[in-house]
Amino acid sequence: MSRATLGWIVLSWVGFALLPWYGFERSASPTIADYFVSGSALVHGMRGAWWLLPILVPLGMALVPVLRPSHGQKGNWLVASGLLGLALIVLQGFAIGLNGWTLDILRGLFGEPGPSQAGMGYGAALTSAALLIVLCHGLAARGWCRGDAFITSSIGAVVALIIVFVFFPVSTILASAFADNSGNFAPSEFIAKFMDRSIWGLDCLTSNLRCGVAWNTLFLGLLVAFGTTALGLAFALIATRTEFRYKKLLRVMSVLPIITPPFVIGLALILLFGRSGALSNLLWEWFGVPRSRWIYGLPGVFIAQLLAFTPIAFLVFIGVVQGISPTLEEASQTLRAKSWTTFWTVTLPLMRPGLANAFLLGFVESLADFGNPLVLAGNYEVLSTKIFFAVVGAQQDQGRAAVLSIILLAFTLGAFWMQHTWLGKKVYTTVTGKGDAGIPLPLPQRVALASYFTAIPWAVFTLAVYAIIVVGAFVRSMGRDYTPTFEHFLTAFRVERTEWGLHFSGSAWDSFFATVKVAALSAPLTAAIGLLTAYLLTRQRFAGQRSFEFGTLLSFAIPGTVVGVSYILAFNVPPIEITGTGFILVMCFVFRNMPVGVRSGIATLSQIDKSLDEASLTLGARSSTTMRRVVLPLLRPAIVASLVYSFVRAMTAVSAVIFLVTAEYNMATTYIVGRVEAGEFGLAIAYSTALILVMLLAIVAIQLMVGERRLGRRSASAAPSPVAVQAVP
Amino acid sequence: MNKMSSVHSLSRPGASKKQAASVEFRNVTKRYGNVTAVDNVSFTIAPGQLVTLLGPSGCGKTTTLRMIAGLEMASEGQILIGDRDVTNLSAADRDVSMVFQSYALFPHMSVLENVAYGPTVQGVPKKDAYAMAMEKLDIIGLKGLEKRAPSELSGGQQQRVAVARALVLEPQVLLFDEPLSNLDAKLRRRVREDIRELQQNLNLTVAYVTHDQEEALAVSDHIIVMSNARIAQTGTPHELYEEPANLFVADFIGDANIITGDVASIAGPTAQVKIGGLNLQLPHRGASQGPVKLAARPDAIFLDEAVQAGGLVGTVRKTSYLGTQVEYDVESPIGNLFVVQYGRKDAIAPGTPVSISFATQRGVAIIPDA
Repeated sequence: MSRATLGWIVLSWVGFALLPWYGFERSASPTIADYFVSGSALVHGMRGAWWLLPILVPLGMALVPVLRPSHGQKGNWLVASGLLGLALIVLQGFAIGLNGWTLDILRGLFGEPGPSQAGMGYGAALTSAALLIVLCHGLAARGWCRGDAFITSSIGAVVALIIVFVFFPVSTILASAFADNSGNFAPSEFIAKFMDRSIWGLDCLTSNLRCGVAWNTLFLGLLVAFGTTALGLAFALIATRTEFRYKKLLRVMSVLPIITPPFVIGLALILLFGRSGALSNLLWEWFGVPRSRWIYGLPGVFIAQLLAFTPIAFLVFIGVVQGISPTLEEASQTLRAKSWTTFWTVTLPLMRPGLANAFLLGFVESLADFGNPLVLAGNYEVLSTKIFFAVVGAQQDQGRAAVLSIILLAFTLGAFWMQHTWLGKKVYTTVTGKGDAGIPLPLPQRVALASYFTAIPWAVFTLAVYAIIVVGAFVRSMGRDYTPTFEHFLTAFRVERTEWGLHFSGSAWDSFFATVKVAALSAPLTAAIGLLTAYLLTRQRFAGQRSFEFGTLLSFAIPGTVVGVSYILAFNVPPIEITGTGFILVMCFVFRNMPVGVRSGIATLSQIDKSLDEASLTLGARSSTTMRRVVLPLLRPAIVASLVYSFVRAMTAVSAVIFLVTAEYNMATTYIVGRVEAGEFGLAIAYSTALILVMLLAIVAIQLMVGERRLGRRSASAAPSPVAVQAVP
Repeated sequence: MNKMSSVHSLSRPGASKKQAASVEFRNVTKRYGNVTAVDNVSFTIAPGQLVTLLGPSGCGKTTTLRMIAGLEMASEGQILIGDRDVTNLSAADRDVSMVFQSYALFPHMSVLENVAYGPTVQGVPKKDAYAMAMEKLDIIGLKGLEKRAPSELSGGQQQRVAVARALVLEPQVLLFDEPLSNLDAKLRRRVREDIRELQQNLNLTVAYVTHDQEEALAVSDHIIVMSNARIAQTGTPHELYEEPANLFVADFIGDANIITGDVASIAGPTAQVKIGGLNLQLPHRGASQGPVKLAARPDAIFLDEAVQAGGLVGTVRKTSYLGTQVEYDVESPIGNLFVVQYGRKDAIAPGTPVSISFATQRGVAIIPDA
């Protein structure tokens, strides 16, 4: 019996006998006694919560190998104890809810309403976690994963977290789509909701009426996918294959949207083209073009999404174009193909995976986007906003939200599936280790011209949009009154000196602190879980690895709105009742952003020779020591990438968060959206500018804290920049 | 608990007097899905010996080595190190160190930190660990370079750091996975002599994987030749070269002309073999009367420009002058022969008829399983 196993067995008892088993009523203020012993499962069990007492059996079983260490079947006892314990906890948790029995059968058998219990608290969480680890230690003792308890425990922990925070909510949303409002199974209602005219109607083809929201979403997605692919390719060709003077600027522009909250671009468009927008004013005064609301609807959303997602296509293409070996083009030229023929027959076909990938990414991003349609869509309804209004609007129809979520989920998963089966991992083909001395072919004249003509006006437009954002923050009111002012910043971020110290009286401070807190908590967690998963996927072999990988990447494919709805549906009732807490926000971010950590971890780990780990193992270091002393120091670039990404995403996300925020935990983005809806554009823009600045500072700080990877190479290594890794989900 | 005991053995004053251990494979099989990488292999490496696992790529030699290390787990069979069953022990629990083909030096640590890594992770205080590391760096001749990063060393020096790191825990068994493959030809010869000398001075049990038969012949006490996941032959370098057990070994170890002969009669241990009109007395090695295949080494075939009637006569087709030796392609009634002659001043011109004879004491052997 190792000390670690013993420790976890002790913890399982601590969770059961000492810590409060249930979460607290938020209204009642707990006394110190509630924290220890008196709130524990043991005491509850003695006082009538008899269903908690069977858990003592597995807890006792775990003690058998402790008391009789000579006994040979240590592994079997631990496995049985862990399995039984988890099963009992899950069973009682789901069978007995806040209002008695949760299942009709139980109600019928034991009478209504039956016992009731609240959501699980620290004790239940600790006992479950400890039992899970005991189970994994038992499996290791039985020889799983070469008998390495660290590896089995890591796999167990990641799998359990994914089940609780990805599969459980998604299956809840599926279940509620098939249920009527009172929670009974009603497939006919699902069919009725699913086939609804407002979803699949095709009226816009034949008459002036509106089309179904599903068609709207698909149409917008395709338009944006085409647009971003074309623009991204033009930018990438200019950046890699021409002597264009401002290439560096293109690179900078590609980073901007990552640190821009998603609706800010929509906001800037309103300030430019809205009825009282800056450009609309000019057009009216100079040319007599009447002011109109054309920006609200398909054109507005389309332009905003193009602006937001073109850089992602650009990053995909940069990698692909650079990955094309110049020798292939030189070979084509020595076979006397003209440069146009070479481009058309060699270069472009080699980019095919990149084209398809950029297209699918643009499509998926457009489908999942919530902020821009919310601000700009007007009467043009798309799925993501429709889901939101089904939950928070006047209808309050969760079943309808679930059905819409399933349709949106089907679209995005379909796109990801296509990407996976058609392209596999081709995106990651980079330059090989062999020296490749060829010089890339300069672009044929007409391709270069076409690229310049699409890219440069677009770049100017993007710069104009960002200029508006900055200017808008410092003038009284865009379009009407251009008096420079700090008024917006003062409203949002006023700090007053009072006799009891500094008082943060600005209206934005609460949401700002909450956002920074949640982002700062979720970033290290995301990086840790993501990199651990990447390590397990690349360095270990175990049964079910493929489905493990699928599970970790699944949460990325789920649009934020769907995540938000599913979290509300799943975590609003016992056994896991965490809505309204900061914890649910943190977990939401961790599992939405973890796949990026996984991807960048896999990319970096596959560049690190596996024999380094093996050398450490043969020198007597265990997996955990190897991880700490060899793998982690070499993973620094991936750590930076996933920390930066998860921090930034936590600060800028809107879609999932908007369902989960409360008065106590209001996030910056939802606060800004609220200001936009109230028409306070100046304040919203000022706050956004402040956020962008904070994120830039945070990125620099993370770089400094984690530090560079020390490889002792004489020349600087061509490590991929963290940003380039992020954009490819 | 294992960790505790190994820490204990490290801090024991007489730890350096640890005995070299034997390695034994008993019917070991390793499968990856449907592919059998190592098929029912049994062998023993005696304590203090250097044994080479030799074979073409994909024959299972590296998998065998990694199973000794504990980096791969056997699908079937038993593995014993020093008479202790280690079949289910993980790499960290086996008293075995390995020198990797790529050296696997930790790029984020200095030379000293690399070598001291083993004792450090076993819980030895840093000062003692560094002292142990310095001692080994001294043996290996790298004292003074301990502050450098691995990438600031030459290939040969990196190789020696890898050896020092593997030696620092004074393992029962030391493993080498193609340690010379990243070195240039001249350095290879020197490093392999260094490894051999070190092994003999420290009385280590060493298992050594290579695909280079010359390297194997030069350093080994014993060679295990592997082919298609099985052992083709085990023996001393001399045995393998002079008495190949089958066509594969004859062809793989050194160059060999495979020629067909006829056993006319067997008397005691020797057989009378007819090759294209010549009569040879050779050990019969279990062959019975009738046609047999023989391996004739290129330097065991003699050419003579003075053609005698009645003997075996061929024609030189191609001549290559290589300084120390001259190589010939000779067309003859028993097939085309590859012949090497040493210490000859003038090469025989192509087109010249020559009479062919064989050495009688060495270099020609009947192949039993062919």
